Amino acid sequence: MMSAIGRIAAKPWIWSFAGALLVWLAAIVFTRGYGAGGMLTAALSLAVFTVVVGVGQMFVITLGPGNVDLSLPANIGLASAVAMTVMDGDDGRVALGLLAALGCGFAVGVVNYLLIRALRIPPIIATLSASFVIQSIDISYGRGLQIKPPPGFADFTNIQLLGIPILAILTVAFTAGAGVVLHRTVYGRSVLAIGQNMRAARLAGIRVGWIRFATYALSGTLGGLDGALLAGYFRGANVDIGNEYLLASIAVVVIGGTSVAGGKANVPGIWGAALFLVLLLTMLNTFGVSAGVRLVLTGLIIVAVITAAGGQKT
Amino acid sequence: MTIPVAASAPAAHGPDRIELRRLLRALLPALSLALVLMAIAWLNPRAISYFGFTLMLNLAIPIALATIAQMFVIAGNDLDLSIGAFVGFVGCVAATWLRETPLVGILVLLGCIAVYAALGALIHLRNLPSIVVTLGMSFVWQGLAILLLPKPGGKAPDWLLAIMGVKPPVVPFPILAALVIAAVAYVGLMRTSYGAILRGSGGNAVAIGRAGWSLLKAKMALFACTGLFGVLSGLALIGITTSADANIGNGYTLLSIAGVILGGGEFVGGRVSPIGAVIGALTLALAASPLLTFMHIPPDWQVAANGAILIVVLAARVLISRKDVER
Amino acid sequence: MIVAGPKLVELDGVEKHFGAVRALDGVDLMVGRGECLGLVGHNGAGKSTLMHILTGTASPDRGRMIFAGSEQAAYSPAQAKRLGVRCVFQELSLCPNLTVAENARVFHPGLSGFNWRRKAGRLIIDRLDAIFPGHGVGASDLVQDLPIGRRQMVEVARAFTVTDEPVRLVILDEPTSSLDAHSARQLLDFMRRVVADGVSCIFISHLLGEVLDICDRIVVMRDGKTVADAEASSFDRDGLVAAMGGVDAHVRDARAGAAHVRGQSPLRVRARPMRQAGAVELVAHEGEVIGLAGLAGHGQTDLLLAIYARALGGRGDLDVTATVALVAGDRQADGIFPLWSIAENIGVRSLARLRRGLLLSPRREDALANFWRGKIGIRTPDVHDNILSLSGGNQQKVLFARALGSDARIVLMDDPMRGVDVGTKLEVYDLIREEADSGRTFLWYTTEADELKQCDHVYVFRNGSIVADLTRDELTEEKVIQSSFEEAS
Repeated sequence: MMSAIGRIAAKPWIWSFAGALLVWLAAIVFTRGYGAGGMLTAALSLAVFTVVVGVGQMFVITLGPGNVDLSLPANIGLASAVAMTVMDGDDGRVALGLLAALGCGFAVGVVNYLLIRALRIPPIIATLSASFVIQSIDISYGRGLQIKPPPGFADFTNIQLLGIPILAILTVAFTAGAGVVLHRTVYGRSVLAIGQNMRAARLAGIRVGWIRFATYALSGTLGGLDGALLAGYFRGANVDIGNEYLLASIAVVVIGGTSVAGGKANVPGIWGAALFLVLLLTMLNTFGVSAGVRLVLTGLIIVAVITAAGGQKT
Repeated sequence: MTIPVAASAPAAHGPDRIELRRLLRALLPALSLALVLMAIAWLNPRAISYFGFTLMLNLAIPIALATIAQMFVIAGNDLDLSIGAFVGFVGCVAATWLRETPLVGILVLLGCIAVYAALGALIHLRNLPSIVVTLGMSFVWQGLAILLLPKPGGKAPDWLLAIMGVKPPVVPFPILAALVIAAVAYVGLMRTSYGAILRGSGGNAVAIGRAGWSLLKAKMALFACTGLFGVLSGLALIGITTSADANIGNGYTLLSIAGVILGGGEFVGGRVSPIGAVIGALTLALAASPLLTFMHIPPDWQVAANGAILIVVLAARVLISRKDVER
Repeated sequence: MIVAGPKLVELDGVEKHFGAVRALDGVDLMVGRGECLGLVGHNGAGKSTLMHILTGTASPDRGRMIFAGSEQAAYSPAQAKRLGVRCVFQELSLCPNLTVAENARVFHPGLSGFNWRRKAGRLIIDRLDAIFPGHGVGASDLVQDLPIGRRQMVEVARAFTVTDEPVRLVILDEPTSSLDAHSARQLLDFMRRVVADGVSCIFISHLLGEVLDICDRIVVMRDGKTVADAEASSFDRDGLVAAMGGVDAHVRDARAGAAHVRGQSPLRVRARPMRQAGAVELVAHEGEVIGLAGLAGHGQTDLLLAIYARALGGRGDLDVTATVALVAGDRQADGIFPLWSIAENIGVRSLARLRRGLLLSPRREDALANFWRGKIGIRTPDVHDNILSLSGGNQQKVLFARALGSDARIVLMDDPMRGVDVGTKLEVYDLIREEADSGRTFLWYTTEADELKQCDHVYVFRNGSIVADLTRDELTEEKVIQSSFEEAS
């Protein structure tokens, strides 16, 4: 019995769920139980957006040290504008708009990979440079755009089923699918191999180039999807809509138990970490703290959580 | 299987090729800088003057200091994603406490360096990913800066303004400062005997540990140096802008990383170049604003131009290098 | 040459357990002053653990250690250094991003102050000159720019550098594994000289010939105990192998495979090295075992990699007519996935075949792993254990299983037996011959002349091109050595 508990507790991603639970309880205690359910629902809604890009970032980070997609915020911003433009307030064009957003994100991923591969630029710098360019495109493209999402689409992103947002349910299913892809497909296995030892992976017959390409394309596409969903949920697109998701996407991946050194990924942990971060913010807002204190506490708690969980046991 | 042999030793191919590769590696950042300078000279010849350089390279000093700060942690296979927020916080401290109650200000700044050292210890002892820890710390520094200066304001201490306003003869102050920074960093990390140990901790930590050195102390030393140069960067920045703003340093994180890489550094393996990093910082400082202004790029596209320039410079580096680097 | 004198190190009843594993099960060991002690045994016999205890990086659970007459109660790496114990481990412990001189500095904390760089440089170059004359290494060379043979030289030379503490005992663990024959000879000669001067040495090697050549006394370890301890002259090769246990010495001789008249089976590989001047090329047919010989680092690996790249769709003027798999020699760098289990490491080359539908089938993966565990003899209770739980030799077997368990018809081997124990080697030789007989083609780069006897045909490399082309009948050690030092025509 004790060893079973020990084994469960040793799994890093459990900590993130535990942290989320603690934070939620702290908030409820403060409000004396008022709005507990509402808090959870809101948290689930907001966590969705982080989880979607978190999955993409997870695959990228798992490719090995130095792999990270910093073009996410710019990507999300551009995709939101593209989606809204194409949908043009017309419910009939929702599918088209989504496709356009996905395509836009996919293109971003392709550009990222081309920079990395053809120009041999380290991914951190490549995705960063790409994000500058994308940002400019977004600024000039979205200049003066005030397109609202089609009403049906906007409503859809807000629907709840027994207090659980539909988006959350879909995202949980999506995350489960991502887990299967990671552990049970050739692609996922290849990513894990490359992350542990790229040279050995190549010598073991893995098409390293194609796998990396697919991963950056995937991350880009998920960013595009996120952009469209965010525009729907917040009823409008804008350049900065994705800004907070860069740090958030990296944080949920790492706090959720994926190794920054690559080769080891954890999918359920992304949900735990996302809930944790969202609930943390909610809790702090409930306590009514100022912006400065909120930032300091958020930072300290992130550091505390990662310290408690500890790093890779070499 | 022992083979009795009385043959000549294998030919020494080594030395020539090694020399050439090292030369190329060292020259690349300088070539990038030369490229940018040539572009500026072509677009606006008058910028190549004492006054022109002083103006263009003004902000290069804090950027160079931040880049050196980042270089220290990268030498130890880590990354500091909080340097930007930290520089902003230092700036806020400089514009408030350092001016009004200098003793408190100095103690706070020293305390910050101690915090950095403590972070290094934490990261080593618990084997934590520096990306996440510094990510969290970026929130902390940002929050503290906002608490200190909710709105932009404050004023830099007079002595700081005086230092940053120096106008030496012949050589523009920023270039002089860059030379000094590069020299100090180079001697400290590349020429001293302990500097070799610090770099070795990034190259093969196990070997360093086995040889009897304390990896804990090495990590703390690297992080403390980062903190120190971060403080210097914040001070220099405030000395130029005269007043502070909690968000003033936000771009410095990515600029500093780009500067180290541009200067020939690598994220893993303890391979960094202090001189290259300073040159990289100068290149970025020039490319970020002055070059764009001269090229008459519309404001919407200035951000893109930043990215494009970064790409072009790095591509040039690859073409010149022609190394088969596995990425 | 034995110098009868007082004992330098004495280990008395040393035991070390790792959980249930008895790594050392009561070991008595003695090293005299000015004596070269050879230590042999299969991987897992306890040699590494014993060395870790001698260097202070591990402490015994039971037993005493007496050094130069005084019992060591609180032994540590620092104490070991003070007493003059040096070790050259199998894993290189140089910092690749530092220069040779800086690496020497790392080793000697006392080398600080104003002129440290020159002092350190002179120190290491001195030793390099003494041990490997004509080494071609400069004090300001970056270690990462040196080929592996030179790195090994620097590593060895560094162990013999002296600043404050004298060198009393040097432990060398597979020191010649990355050296070519010439440098290996230089090292062995140097060791003879240094032992004659009074330094003691423990020499661990799988190359029994070397051990028999330079050691005064040989100790054989098996399963955590010493099973033989006598003068070197009382041993011969077969005797050592027998004492190490578990292997039929007679199987050593290569079984002649089914007579292959060259050219009768389909062509599998036709490749010319990049630097090749004339028309000579490497040709391999189905069912053949082709050897690549010559001094280490003379283009053999490059050609194998070129063939591998070509098979994966690269361009090049080579013919490769079937799928290719590669067995890496440098496990850590090129082969092992350290976070994975044994089964996952075996299956990674065969992912497409392990699918059922769209998803990978754990059952098929396990079946593959268990099949090869039996066939190649991987010593593990469970294929789901992490691969690092295996000894070095067994890890290498996993890499073989990975390649042989795939559908590749051509298997490239990049000096895969480096640092592997005799028992493992013999088991794998048989397997290779068996696989070749059933139609697989092997291209085998090896630095051990013995292994070339397993091949049907051998190409000798020098400076990146093929300089000799020997059939099995023409194959003699002298011929190979001679060709290795000839210039390409």
